[in-house]
Amino acid sequence: MARRSRGLGSGGTDIAKAVRSRQFPASAPHPGLSSAQLLELYYWMRLTRTLEERLVALYRQTKVVGGLFRSLGQEADSVGSAYALERGDVLSPLIRNLGSMLVKGATPVEILRQYMAKGDSPTRGRELNIHFGDTERGFIGQISPLGDMVPVMAGVTLSFKMRRERRVGLVYVGDGATSTGAFHEGINFAAVQRCPLVVIVENNGYAYSTPTARQTAAARFVDKAIGYGIPGEQADGNDVLAVYDVTRRAVDGARNGEGVTLIELMTYRRKGHAEHDNQSYVPEGEIERWERENDPIGRYVARLTGDFGFSPGDVTAIDERVRDEVDVATDLAERSAPPQPLDALVGVYADPPADKPLWYRPTGEAAVVSHERPEGWGTYSASAAERAR
Amino acid sequence: MSEVTYLEAIREALFEEMDRDPNVFCLGEDIGRYGGAFKVTDGLLERFGEQRVIDTPISETGIVGAAAGAAHMGMRPVVEMQFIDFIANAYDMLTNYVATARYRAFLPCPMVVRGPSGGYVRGGPFHSQNPEAGFVHTPGLKVVYPATAEDAKGLLKAAIRDDDCVLFFEHKYLYRRIKAELPPGDHVVPIGKARVAREGRDVSVITYAATVWKALEAAEQVEREDGLSVEVVDLRTLSPLDDDAIQATVRKTNRALIVHEDTRTGGLAGEITARINEQSFAWLDAPVLRVTAHDVPLPYAPSLEDFVLPQTGDIVHALRTLAAY
Repeated sequence: MARRSRGLGSGGTDIAKAVRSRQFPASAPHPGLSSAQLLELYYWMRLTRTLEERLVALYRQTKVVGGLFRSLGQEADSVGSAYALERGDVLSPLIRNLGSMLVKGATPVEILRQYMAKGDSPTRGRELNIHFGDTERGFIGQISPLGDMVPVMAGVTLSFKMRRERRVGLVYVGDGATSTGAFHEGINFAAVQRCPLVVIVENNGYAYSTPTARQTAAARFVDKAIGYGIPGEQADGNDVLAVYDVTRRAVDGARNGEGVTLIELMTYRRKGHAEHDNQSYVPEGEIERWERENDPIGRYVARLTGDFGFSPGDVTAIDERVRDEVDVATDLAERSAPPQPLDALVGVYADPPADKPLWYRPTGEAAVVSHERPEGWGTYSASAAERAR
Repeated sequence: MSEVTYLEAIREALFEEMDRDPNVFCLGEDIGRYGGAFKVTDGLLERFGEQRVIDTPISETGIVGAAAGAAHMGMRPVVEMQFIDFIANAYDMLTNYVATARYRAFLPCPMVVRGPSGGYVRGGPFHSQNPEAGFVHTPGLKVVYPATAEDAKGLLKAAIRDDDCVLFFEHKYLYRRIKAELPPGDHVVPIGKARVAREGRDVSVITYAATVWKALEAAEQVEREDGLSVEVVDLRTLSPLDDDAIQATVRKTNRALIVHEDTRTGGLAGEITARINEQSFAWLDAPVLRVTAHDVPLPYAPSLEDFVLPQTGDIVHALRTLAAY
């Protein structure tokens, strides 16, 4: 057996073998999940995909200011894992965890405004794409240097431990970020301190253009757990119920004082690093094979209408609801104005609250005088949060 | 009240702030059971326990990142760099993550990163550095570098209470060499305010940290030998710079010398010179001059280190040059 995987689906792991042979273990739904929740998992995955498809349309109309990052084919790993958290828990997403953020209460209009660099976007136009957070709703925005959120989430969960709060943190890294020093330092720190932290490695086969075989000599990322003295578990990242189950067990353990767990989710990145990336480095037929054989949404719909006895109408009703929600959010976001230039000088520090424009620029008043979280930010409401739970 | 050293003043600030605010905690390498490489944190573990005085793995990125995460959640961590030279290992976390957090994401980062800095101690290339310039260059961070025991205590208390990240440079040459009687009570020195360490009429020295003391020595010497009246301004805070204090002394004496122990190119003296040029050019009777370290890594041998770093004689020489211009 080849010790090193070459590209995705050709590795030596059980899950990779299952993918190749198209024999997926049929994971039973976690006993805690109700019928309504089984449908809700589908809702979040569908919302993720539809929202991204809308973003592609806006990108092609040049309404998205920067790059566009897709999670096509990875919706189950984001949604299933975030769904295992309680309301007071905190996660830190990566660029392909739009689904996790939606589950935690981020709204489509926020995402759209953020991508379109609007003045009422969650970062007031300072940051791109899904780089934003809200500690009240329980997600902390990532930064571009990979791995950095692992130490940060070690500290977030250290504070839970210090205050004896029964809260848990979840941090996502990709296969590429496991090569960074920050990943190592953060997970080691959290393990030593027995912080209530779950670390998910999303193994989607590529870090930009670099396949996992050029990222690590390890056969499995989950084996790194041994080196940190923590439990590790690998799961099928395209099976939303398996993702929920493995994350839920790790979250429960963390909440019960058992410290850090490393989870490796096997999935596949069907789009390029960003929308501009033509994926010329991917072996021919690989993407199509994953699309055909292992689409997380397709697989879950088959289970909903097969094993779980839902009607096709139950599924299409959700599809329609999602389309309506994304339509409404798009209309709303497109109406938003860009930020005022002088707002750029507000909020670097708490004190002083703003800097002055340089002498060769006209003076004036910034539209915002203090850089607090905007009131009525996004369309967040208690009812949306209730729905999220 | 008895005198305390610069180091003891720092320790007093830590004790008082941890007593005052249960959200304040310390983390760093060997700071707990061992009391820190220089014993700054000696006694903290016994007083406040392992939950609030955390011995960490050797992981500057991990420690600073964890402090940021805890700070987001309302804690006020104080991180020790065992030597400030190792702050370079956390450069990404400080500049990319911490410094941008409030601006890009409304994430407060009330934390302090403190550690022994500076040379004149035969510490060699990795136990002598003054890496302040790179951080002063980074919007979102505050930088302080006290020269006296009073300021060491008062500025550290202000740093811990500040709602943003403050880098607190401690000069290890001063740790046990200077003493002062500290003001009683809750002694807090505001961040962003310079101090006139010595009043004078003829030439201004603008400096900070250990070279404040060298500037004072030089000022006494040129007063004694040349009859020159030298004003010495101790910046205390390097970011934000106290522009008012800088321009006020330049406009008073019309001659300015900037002294720092950091290397020359890209050092703070360049920035201060530019600000004087922009704001007080008309008041100047001579070009602004600099006395700094040479642009080399700091060598170990006493004869080499003494040559590279600014000395009192260099400042005397520069003051005479300026006065005669």
